[in-house]
Amino acid sequence: MAKRIDVKDLDIYYGKFHAVDSVTLSVPPRNVTAFIGPSGCGKSTVLRTLNRMHEVIPGARVDGEVLLDGENIYGSNVDPVQVRRTIGMVFQRPNPFPTMSIRDNVVAGLKLAGGGGKRELDEIAERALRGANLWNEVKDRLNKPGGGLSGGQQQRLCIARAIAVRPDVLLMDEPCSALDPISTLAIEDLIGELKKDYTIVIVTHNMQQAARVSDQTAFFNLAGVGQPGRLVELNDTEKIFSNPNEKATEDYISGRFG
Amino acid sequence: MATGTLSETDRPAASPAFQQTSLNRKVKNHVATVLVWLSFLLAVVPLVWVLYTVVANGIKRIPYSNWWSQDFGSVLSDEVGGGVLHAIIGTLEQGLMCAIIAVPLGLGVAIYLVEYGRNSTLSKITTFMVDILSGVPSIVAALFIYALWITTLGLPRSGFAVSLALVLLMIPVVVRSAEEMLRIVPDDLREASYALGVPKWKTIMKVVLPTALSGIISGIMMALARVMGETAPLLVLVGYSQYTNWDLFNNGQAALPLLMNNERATNSMEPGSVGFDRIWGAALTLVLIIALINLIATVVSRVVAPKKK
Repeated sequence: MAKRIDVKDLDIYYGKFHAVDSVTLSVPPRNVTAFIGPSGCGKSTVLRTLNRMHEVIPGARVDGEVLLDGENIYGSNVDPVQVRRTIGMVFQRPNPFPTMSIRDNVVAGLKLAGGGGKRELDEIAERALRGANLWNEVKDRLNKPGGGLSGGQQQRLCIARAIAVRPDVLLMDEPCSALDPISTLAIEDLIGELKKDYTIVIVTHNMQQAARVSDQTAFFNLAGVGQPGRLVELNDTEKIFSNPNEKATEDYISGRFG
Repeated sequence: MATGTLSETDRPAASPAFQQTSLNRKVKNHVATVLVWLSFLLAVVPLVWVLYTVVANGIKRIPYSNWWSQDFGSVLSDEVGGGVLHAIIGTLEQGLMCAIIAVPLGLGVAIYLVEYGRNSTLSKITTFMVDILSGVPSIVAALFIYALWITTLGLPRSGFAVSLALVLLMIPVVVRSAEEMLRIVPDDLREASYALGVPKWKTIMKVVLPTALSGIISGIMMALARVMGETAPLLVLVGYSQYTNWDLFNNGQAALPLLMNNERATNSMEPGSVGFDRIWGAALTLVLIIALINLIATVVSRVVAPKKK
């Protein structure tokens, strides 16, 4: 499980628009890396290139390499479906499948991409739900629709669904921005536990959250409107929030900027 | 500041302007209300009238079991008795065959347009063609199939030829309704599926289609109900038979609209006559069948709709 990610000179384009300029960064295994920065600076875009989800948008393409334990996920014979299997993702808004029960939502990835026996899937569902700290709340209504859960529960259901396929890396795109503080706390605690087994990259607008959950933090910024976003600084979270190397980082985290 | 000016706290709780609606607005409101009610009545009256006429004139023969279990083969044209089973069979067979062909084609087109076509030139052309097809009168569709099926290929007039003409009329309706339903499936769900490592085609089959299924089914059933009442293709593409004919591909086959037209042409239309009762009975039967299809559509789409609890 848990693999390392190395991004080398990654440029991201949407059609002719140069969205992100030459990002190089490393994410060690069993580690939480937070991406922070102002809106439009490309942090979500970079996150989505880590499992090739940006390709869903027509015209999106990249130059450069993303290495997962040394293997380039943009290699010519690499299947994006396999990449996404290995690198899971949790989105900003909870998005359980409305036609499926809680249990079927959790095992959707396995069921849709191959299968497995009923008993095996039941076991996986339980393990994933326990892993997402949701088991006790839903164990009596596994066959009820996932859409009936609260927002925070739905987001933990989505995390359970993502870890049920046993990925090596978990990407989280502002997973708490649609949740109340109590649900947010539940997710942050969960991230702390998931760190033992997974490499985690999280995009967040909440700097306190970045400070609470992450081991290292990457600050992204853009030089101006219409300019590509770029990585300003990647450092230990403690260092970023106390004594960053770059002036721009300090301006941003202290609120003196934008 | 001059004395006598009211300070914030002295101001009355609500100024007089808020306490009454002006006469002008009251009048406008009443006029608009009356207009809305009038147009509602204007739209509903003819509907109720038609329904009342069909039920009142058609109810005479409907309650008898032979109406549902016999054809007109064994009775004279002015003899009371017999039934419309032959026409019910024809209407259902032709409608079903039409749906079997049109639904997969229409769904396929809708899936292409929403999931694959995006804004490609081909999808724009397809949308344009579907728009044109949906404006084609049924007689034109019937004549096209006549020219293709009977004149060019030399095949006989039959219930199946009718089904083919109905396919042309049903496809645009299915495409349109399925397209709308697929478009309102949130992209979040597609992304969630891709992010689990599910291939695109499986995402469409197992996530997108089930989510939209409820709406797609009601769209299909509405389209089916609509084409089952079509008359022009029947007049052109199949001969009337007063005997029960299960064979879609050979010989004449009745259908309810065709039966009505045939009785009108060959029988007395005097109220209370055999022909009169047959026509209105067939009309009521058709209305009942279509109502039943709509009812089934509602139930089925409720059953498959995404639920919260």
